[in-house]
Amino acid sequence: MSTAAYPSAQLMLEPAANGSEGQLLEVSMGPQHPSTHGVFRMNVALDGERVVKLKPVFGYLHRNHEKIAESETYLGSMPYTDRLDYMCSITNNWGYALAVEKLAGIVVPERAEYLRIITGELTRLQNHACLIGFLMQDMGASGTPLMYAFRERESILDLFESLTGARMMCNYMRFGGCRADMPAGWLEQAQKVVAAFPRFLDEYEQLLTGNEILMERTQGVGVLSARLAVSAGISGPMARASGVNYDIRKVDKYGIYERFAFRVPLGEHGDVYDRYMIRLLEMRESVKILEQAMRTIPAGPIVDPKLRIRGFRPKAGEAYGRIESPKGELGFYLISDGSPNPYRYRVRPPSLINLTVLEDLCLGHNVADIVVILGSVDIVLGEVDR
Amino acid sequence: MLGSGILKGMVETARNFLGSYIGKDRLTTVQFPEERLPQIEAARSFPFLVYDGADWQQGMRCVSCQICEKECPPKCIFIEKSKDKKPDAMGKPQFYPAVFDIDISVCMSCQICVEVCPFDAIKMDVDFELSTDDRFGGLLFDKQRLSKSNEYYNAIHPTEAGAVDAHFAEERAKLEAKTKAALHAKLALAAEAQVAGGEPR
Amino acid sequence: MSGVVDQIFVLGKHWLLGYAPVSVRPLLSAVLSVVPVLVAFPLLFAITTVLERKGLGRIQNRYGPNRTGPFGFFQPIADGVKSLTKEDIVPDTADHVVHLLAPLLLVLASFLAYAVLPMGRNMVIVNLNAGVLFFFAVGSLVELAVFMAGWSSRSKYSLLGAMRAIAQMISYEVPLVLASIVVIMEAGSLSTVTIVNMQTGYTGIWPHWFVFTPWGFAGFVLFMIAATAESNRSPFDLPEGESEIIAGYYIEYSGFKFALFFLGEYLGMFATSGMAITLFLGGWAAPFSFLTWIPSYFWFFAKLVALSVGFIWIRGTLPRLRMDQLMNLAWKFMLPMALLNMLTAGTWHFMPVGLSRWLVCTVMVVAPCILLGRGLARKKRFQVRRYQFVE
Repeated sequence: MSTAAYPSAQLMLEPAANGSEGQLLEVSMGPQHPSTHGVFRMNVALDGERVVKLKPVFGYLHRNHEKIAESETYLGSMPYTDRLDYMCSITNNWGYALAVEKLAGIVVPERAEYLRIITGELTRLQNHACLIGFLMQDMGASGTPLMYAFRERESILDLFESLTGARMMCNYMRFGGCRADMPAGWLEQAQKVVAAFPRFLDEYEQLLTGNEILMERTQGVGVLSARLAVSAGISGPMARASGVNYDIRKVDKYGIYERFAFRVPLGEHGDVYDRYMIRLLEMRESVKILEQAMRTIPAGPIVDPKLRIRGFRPKAGEAYGRIESPKGELGFYLISDGSPNPYRYRVRPPSLINLTVLEDLCLGHNVADIVVILGSVDIVLGEVDR
Repeated sequence: MLGSGILKGMVETARNFLGSYIGKDRLTTVQFPEERLPQIEAARSFPFLVYDGADWQQGMRCVSCQICEKECPPKCIFIEKSKDKKPDAMGKPQFYPAVFDIDISVCMSCQICVEVCPFDAIKMDVDFELSTDDRFGGLLFDKQRLSKSNEYYNAIHPTEAGAVDAHFAEERAKLEAKTKAALHAKLALAAEAQVAGGEPR
Repeated sequence: MSGVVDQIFVLGKHWLLGYAPVSVRPLLSAVLSVVPVLVAFPLLFAITTVLERKGLGRIQNRYGPNRTGPFGFFQPIADGVKSLTKEDIVPDTADHVVHLLAPLLLVLASFLAYAVLPMGRNMVIVNLNAGVLFFFAVGSLVELAVFMAGWSSRSKYSLLGAMRAIAQMISYEVPLVLASIVVIMEAGSLSTVTIVNMQTGYTGIWPHWFVFTPWGFAGFVLFMIAATAESNRSPFDLPEGESEIIAGYYIEYSGFKFALFFLGEYLGMFATSGMAITLFLGGWAAPFSFLTWIPSYFWFFAKLVALSVGFIWIRGTLPRLRMDQLMNLAWKFMLPMALLNMLTAGTWHFMPVGLSRWLVCTVMVVAPCILLGRGLARKKRFQVRRYQFVE
């Protein structure tokens, strides 16, 4: 029987001639699963409880994002970028806006840069908090850390709603600035939220970081070496947990990040515990950036006054704009042929690229560890499948 | 000591448990629909058409320029221009939409139609309780369903509507000043002609 | 007067027996003893499920169920109606007979264990000479039921779950039994009634419960950890690891059979808690001598509810242990501790009464715990780490 038409339906293991491979159990941790962070499937071959082979199968959430962008105007693609990594819509918007601004040579006014950084770092805060919550949920902590993280996330989403109009699908960036300015009282409210955040982080750490069960389950599990990380193109907290010193905010210095003093935490072992701790430490650094930005934000226009929303036609050319999204390096590659629609629009999804090493991380571990390792990679299927 | 991390975690949990009976910040549930969160002003759900005055058909600001239809990313707006004209918000005779449908099951609330409208005719509503069990047309809103008054717009988005109203008032004042100046100029010209024609004043 | 309230169930039973002909009396006596237990414990199960959901909710900064009935206390009725009216789906390839028998056996075994628990003064269903032995023997039937469930479902996930469950439950039987042996050593009897009667005295206002001795406290802690593992509760709920293999060995069960599994798990939890109360917490004895006017059955159930609250609290806080870590804990930590505890209990028995035996036994319990814990952790080098920062 030929299953070549549906590669995902093919068994990974050939029926062995000598029968020795018949001892392996092949399980499909299928698209409907409470812990795969979306519709994602893993064909796992197990020897008892140990993983021998693992093939990820994705594409269940493919929505033709890149093809749709070829028939939309540049601005029309902006709401679609919200829905890529649906937890962090603002950073998606920012990456795309950066790419188009590079393509067309648009300059962003200063207040808009500050607004971008404030909203971007708020996004990073809520993404990392949720990620740790989901990781704990996958480990079986019956939702307690998740609910605490969501409690904080709600206050951040309320801020987004009063600034951009929507909690998650913000559609906030425009080419040359931001769409809307802060309403009255927003800055004070945001400062309050950010001031309360370190206390939440302290409580979170008290609940989790010294917990022996957590340490046992995450230390030494899913080790990613720095060499493999660099050669596979891993970016973001996952690479930094393996000791690779690569943070695009420091490398590219996009926006006005170089005005703010913040540190980049680096891990040593590259296991799940390091990835969890790096994200926790990054949250503290984000709080620092936010405090500095909200103190020094200047007055001014929030968008380039010469910007026209309609009839935007960049010159023919190509540009690649990338940012440090909470998940890694999010890049947008645009080729323009002078028309209102892009000729080619390509997203570099950090979740997908980080997912390519999943098999290497999981080999030799138990079934219970697969879920924990997948949780620490931090994928969002909207980005993996686009 | 083995177990100290676990004990610290349990203290944290107990604190949250007891705190949920004492303070509101440790019990953040809002029991919808009996309690509701205060409506945030800038929120957006789906578009609606603004009309001035009491008659929704006469007061509709939309002049059927079809810019929102072209710019809408998922193409959920369907407009058909009328054959005749009616006065718009400034009093100038303009076309109006004979058919203006928005399919809100397609609409993704991106607000681009609001941004590109040159006539402040389409704005974002905040109503989200729009479920229906009619799956064949229940979510296709026609012109009448979409039309809501300017008072409603002021109620849901006070700052924005205030700015739009101020803008309109300014435009109307300018128009009036222009017509008054034109009228003065015409009268002056007629008076001069009379004087030149030698007719008694 | 307090004596009448305390013995009200016993007196009621004797009064009813008086109306029956003599030939029927033994049978009627057995029925009258068993029926209250069959009514009380499922009722307690229903209340515990609501309390668990509300408790977990409050821990997580939200309300639990609060729509069905006052404060949500009719939720178990709603759950019962739901599970009774759900379609009973049995996979085609499953072994239907065993598939049906597994939950029945689970509930049966859990109920059998209540036969030897003294729930009040003179209120034990059967006063067996080897009560504790009977309890542990019946508890092993639960493991058989779990395996039947996993095997008969003929599904990879349920097989994985059943394998894990069996390994876990068998491993934790050993510390469970060894932790109770110290009590048997001190009491000199396997009968639960004797063990409780030994703990009903008071010095001043302080009770004579075994948990207030060093070896008793260690035994209690070990027993409770093993009891959590025996009932497959968090942090030992890997067999029903909800986020990995969804429901493990009862993944192919739906409707009322699923509810029976749930019932069986909670009944097992109550049974082992009840045994812990009998062995360590003084059974139906009041905590202070001035509180003995409150009836004895009230104290038994109060302690049961307190232990359930402890279970719920732990569930809300801790992530689950992985299989091999679970086994490591059982064999490498709890088994040596239980054996050392037996040594401590013997030392306690043969040393003269006084402060010296308190000090010696406390050191004998605490020192190995710390040393063993550190030794095991150091081997795997688990520690809170420090991170370097780059500008």
